[in-house]
Amino acid sequence: MHGNNDYQQEQIRTISGAEDRKCMKCGKCSASCPSYDSMDIRPHQFVSYLRGGDIDAMLSSKSIWKCISCFACVERCPRDVKPAQIIEAARLMVIRQQGENYLSPDDVPELLDPELPQQLLASAFRKYAK
Amino acid sequence: MVYSYYPGCTLKTKAKELDKNARLCAQALGFTLEEVEAWQCCGAVYPMGTDEIATKLPAVRALHAADEKGQSIVTLCSACHHVLKRVNEDMRQDKDLRTKVNNYIAQEEEPYTYNGEANVLHYLEVLRDQVGFDNLAAKVKNPLAGRKIGAYYGCMLLRPSSVMQFDDPENPTIFEDFIKAIGAEPVVYPYRNECCGGYISLKEKEMAEEMAGKIADNALSKGAEVLITACPLCLYNMDKKTGETLPTVYFTEFLAEALGIKEE
Amino acid sequence: MQRIGVFVCHCGTNIAGTVDVAEIVEMAKPEPGVVHAAEYPYMCSEAGQNMIINAVKEHNLSGVVICSCSPRMHEATFRKAAEKAGLNPYMVEIANIREHCSWIHKDKAEATQKALTLTRAAIAKVQLNSPLFPDESPVTKRALVIGGGIAGIQTALDIADAGFEVDIVESTPSIGGKMAQLDKTFPTLDCAACILTPKMVDASAHENITLYTYSQVDKVEGFVGDFTVTIRKKARSVDFEKCTGCGACSEKCPSKKSPSEFDQGLCTRPAIYTPFAQAVPNVPVIDREACLKFKTGKCGLCETVCAPKAINFEQEDELVERKYGAVVMATGYEPVSLDKFGEYSYDSSPDVITSLEFERLTNAAGPTGGALTRLSDKRKPKSVTFIQCVGSRDVTQRGKAYCSKICCMYTAKHAMLIKEKYPDIEVNIFYIDVRTPGKAFDEFYRRAEDEYGVRYIKGQVGKVIDNGDHLQIQAVDMLDNKKMELQTDMVVLATAIEPVESAKSIATMLTASIDTNNFMTEAHPKLRPVESPTAGVFLSGVCQGPKDIPETVAQAGAAAAKVIGLLVKDKLMSNPCTAKPDELYCNGCSVCENVCPYGAISYEDCEVNDHGVREVRRVAQVNKALCQGCGACAVTCPSGAMDLQGFSNRQIQAEVDAICR
Repeated sequence: MHGNNDYQQEQIRTISGAEDRKCMKCGKCSASCPSYDSMDIRPHQFVSYLRGGDIDAMLSSKSIWKCISCFACVERCPRDVKPAQIIEAARLMVIRQQGENYLSPDDVPELLDPELPQQLLASAFRKYAK
Repeated sequence: MVYSYYPGCTLKTKAKELDKNARLCAQALGFTLEEVEAWQCCGAVYPMGTDEIATKLPAVRALHAADEKGQSIVTLCSACHHVLKRVNEDMRQDKDLRTKVNNYIAQEEEPYTYNGEANVLHYLEVLRDQVGFDNLAAKVKNPLAGRKIGAYYGCMLLRPSSVMQFDDPENPTIFEDFIKAIGAEPVVYPYRNECCGGYISLKEKEMAEEMAGKIADNALSKGAEVLITACPLCLYNMDKKTGETLPTVYFTEFLAEALGIKEE
Repeated sequence: MQRIGVFVCHCGTNIAGTVDVAEIVEMAKPEPGVVHAAEYPYMCSEAGQNMIINAVKEHNLSGVVICSCSPRMHEATFRKAAEKAGLNPYMVEIANIREHCSWIHKDKAEATQKALTLTRAAIAKVQLNSPLFPDESPVTKRALVIGGGIAGIQTALDIADAGFEVDIVESTPSIGGKMAQLDKTFPTLDCAACILTPKMVDASAHENITLYTYSQVDKVEGFVGDFTVTIRKKARSVDFEKCTGCGACSEKCPSKKSPSEFDQGLCTRPAIYTPFAQAVPNVPVIDREACLKFKTGKCGLCETVCAPKAINFEQEDELVERKYGAVVMATGYEPVSLDKFGEYSYDSSPDVITSLEFERLTNAAGPTGGALTRLSDKRKPKSVTFIQCVGSRDVTQRGKAYCSKICCMYTAKHAMLIKEKYPDIEVNIFYIDVRTPGKAFDEFYRRAEDEYGVRYIKGQVGKVIDNGDHLQIQAVDMLDNKKMELQTDMVVLATAIEPVESAKSIATMLTASIDTNNFMTEAHPKLRPVESPTAGVFLSGVCQGPKDIPETVAQAGAAAAKVIGLLVKDKLMSNPCTAKPDELYCNGCSVCENVCPYGAISYEDCEVNDHGVREVRRVAQVNKALCQGCGACAVTCPSGAMDLQGFSNRQIQAEVDAICR
C-alpha cells in the first residue's frame, strides 16, 4: 500500500509540475485563496500533504471541487510552488477514475437558467468530469 | 491592420453583443477582425495538468491557423484569451508537450508542426498597443462623461502574470486607461482582480454568490455605478448576484456607445 | 633533467579514503625525473613540511610535486617550506587530488587512476619549471573608503587611528548613511543618533581623515599598493570655506517642494539643503533640478541672505586625482522597490509604509516629531500591523532569494517602540519564521510578546485592502489554520534590502567581483571574509551581505585591520607569474593589448636583433606591476610571442601530454 502511495505522490508531482519541496510554509497561498473558508484542506495543506505523501487525504478532500483556479496562490507564492496545480492534479487523479466524475450530463437540466453562458458548462465539465 | 479573431463559444450565443460591438468598433477604429475558420471551443479553462494533451489541441489549431496567415490572433473572452495564451506559451517552452501535440497533429488530414509562433492579443491590448488610448480618445464622439465605471478584471486576464504579460497583476491599469479614453471616470477598488467564482457557480451557487457579493460591495463602497468586464462568465456571476444594484456590462458596449455606433 | 620529489598527502581520510595513496607513491617513482616519493597523513603539518625540507636536502631535489588539496588552500604553505630548504619557491607544483579528485569521486579505483594522471601532469610540468623572482612595488600609505555610513566611518576611524591617512568618498551631502536615519537601535534601544553623531564628528575632526561628501568615484586605475582614483566632487554651489552653516539660505529658499531623501520622501525639503540637522559637514548643497535660479534664472534669494557670501551658482564639478594603497568598499544598501508587490497596497495607500519610513515616523527629529500618525488623515492609529519578509526569501522574479537578516529584529524593535509610547495601540506582526541569532537578540524579540503584548501571527499576508478609513489584512493564522480578516490602521512592510545600485559600477572599476545579488564577493567566504578577491580591495558592511550594526562595526574594524596590515609594508612583493613577450616573434598586431583587462600591455618601437639583422620594430611590452597573470594575452597571441611565466605554453602542453599519455 505504501508503494502505491509513493507512486501516487510522484504522479501528482508529475501531473502538477509543481514543486512542493520549495515550500517554506509561509501560508501566503491560503491567505490569498478566495475559497479558503469552503475548503476542508487548505491550499498550503495540499502542498504539505504532497510533501508528506498523505495522498489519500488529498484525493478524498472536498476542496478539490472548491478551488476555482483563479491563480492567486500561484501569482503570490514567493517560492514559485504553484499550489493550484497540485490541487488540479489531485482533481485529475480522481476524475480520471471510472465513475468518479463530479458532474454528469444528467445533472445539467436542473442547474440551468436562461442567462447561463455556454462557457460555464464547458468549463464545469472540463473541471469536474472526464 | 488585419487580425485573426477567435470569438469562442459564448460570443456566438449568450454574449452576442460582446462580439457584435467589438467588430463594429474595430471597423470604426481602423482594424479588421477575420474570424478563424472552423475554430473549435477552447475548453473554457486552461488544462493545467502537464500530461493533458488532447484538451490543448483546439487552442493549438486556432493558433496555427492565425500564424499561417501571418496574423496575430485576437480574443475578447477572458477565458479564451487565458487558454490560448497559456497553451501557446506551453508550445514555446515545453518540449515534451510540443512533441506530443505535434504527434497528434501529424495524424490530421493536413498535418503541420506548431512551435508557439503565433502572437496572442486581447482586444484591450490591441486598443492599448496598436490603436493607442490617445487615438481612441480622439475618435470618441459621445464621451461618457460623469459615468463612474469600475473595471472588473477578474483573474484570467491577469494571472499568472509571468505567462499572461497583460498588466500588473495586483495593480492593473489597462481597463482604467480605457475608461478614461472613453470619457468616463474609472473607479479603482481593491477587489477588481479577485475571482467572481468562475465555473463554481454551476454547482456551488452560494460560494460563487458570496465571492461576487464581496467584489460588488467593494466596488460600490468606492462609488462605482456600473462594472465593465471582458468575460461572459464574470458578467453572469456578477449580474446574478448584484445586477440590480450594480449592473455589469461588456466593455465593448461602452466602447460602441462612446464611438457613437451602438445599435439599439 | 630535474631531480623531483613527489609528496602525497592523505589529508586524513579526505584523500586516503578515496585514493590509494600508497599506489600513487609507487606509480610516481618510475616517472622521468622522480628521485624520491613519499606519503604522509597531513603534509601541511609541521612534521609534513619538515619531511619535505629534509628530503630536498637529502636527495638534492631541484623540483617538488605535492599531491594534496587545491593550490588556493596550501600552495603558499608549501612554497615557503621549499624556500626554507633552499629551493626557489616556484619550483613547487601542486597536484590537486582532493577538490578535483577524492571529493568528487566515489569509486576508489577510478579516483586513484585520476589522481595518478594529475600527479603525472604536475611532474611533467615541474620538469620545465625555472626559478622565478618576484619584483617589488611601493605602497602608497593612504586608504580610500567608498561610502560614509557607519561601515565607512568605522573603517576610516580605525585606519586613521593607526596613523594612516584615509579619504572617505560619500555620494550624499553628509556622512552618516542609513544609521543616521534610524530612531533606536536593537537590542539595547539606544538612540542611533546618540551613538553615531559623535563618530561622524570624530571622522570629520580627525587629522588623518579627509571627507569628500557629495562626491563619487569616477575612475580607478592601478593595483594593490598603487591605485590612482579620480574623485568627482559634485558642484555644491556653496563655497565650503565661507559657509558657516547658519541655515539662513534653507530657511528663505522658496522652492520647498522636493521630497526629503533623508526622511524617505515623507516630507519635503528646500532646494538648498543639508539633509539633517546633525549633518557632517554642515554645509548645504543646491539641488539644481529643484532650484528656481537654475531652472528659471530668477530668484537667488539664498545668495541675498547669505552673510558670508558662500553661495556660488557658477561652481562646477571638480575632479581630484589621488593615490591610494588600499580601497575599502562600504557602499551599503537600499530597500528594494515595492512596485511589483501590489498586493500590499504600498503604492496605493499612504498608510502602508516601509520599515525605513517607520524609522523616520517614530523619530523625534522626523517629519511628525516622533508622533505616530497616519499619513492619510493624521489620525493616531488604533492598531498597527507589521508584515515581515516582504521581498525577502522570495525566489520569484520580483523578490530576493536571501534573508535580509535585520528585519526580524527591527520589527520587534518597532513594535516595542510603539508599545512603549502608546500602550493602547494594538500591534500585530505577521511572520514566516522569526530569526534572531545574536547576543541578547532572542531575549529582545521575546520581550515584545512577553512584556509588551505584541501579537505574533505565523503566516504571510495575502493582500492588504485599503477601505479608506482603515486597512484590511487578508491572512491565515498558520498555527490555527484560520482565516483572518484583520482591520488595522497602519501597515509597516519589512522590506528586503539590496546593495546600492552604484556598487555594481564601482566594483567593475575596481575589477572586484560581485555575486548574482550584486553583493561583493569575498576572497574566501569563511577565512577571508573582509577581503575582495582583487588584491588591495576590502569589504565593509552590507555591500558584502545583509548585516546589522554590531556586525557591520565588527567587519569595519576587521577591514581596517587588513588595510593597516597592507599599509605598514614599505614594499609589496609582486607575483612573478606575469606575461612575457618574445620580441623576435612579436608581429606588433595589438591583439594582446586589446584583450588585457588590466591595461598592462603597451607597444613600443624597439631595436631588435633578428639573427644578426638589426631593425626597429613595434613590439609588445608588459608592465609587470599591472599584469595579474590571467593569461588572456598568451592564448590570444597569433604568433606565440606572448607567454605566461610559471604557466608557459610548453608547460601546459607537457601537462596535457602527460594527461593524454
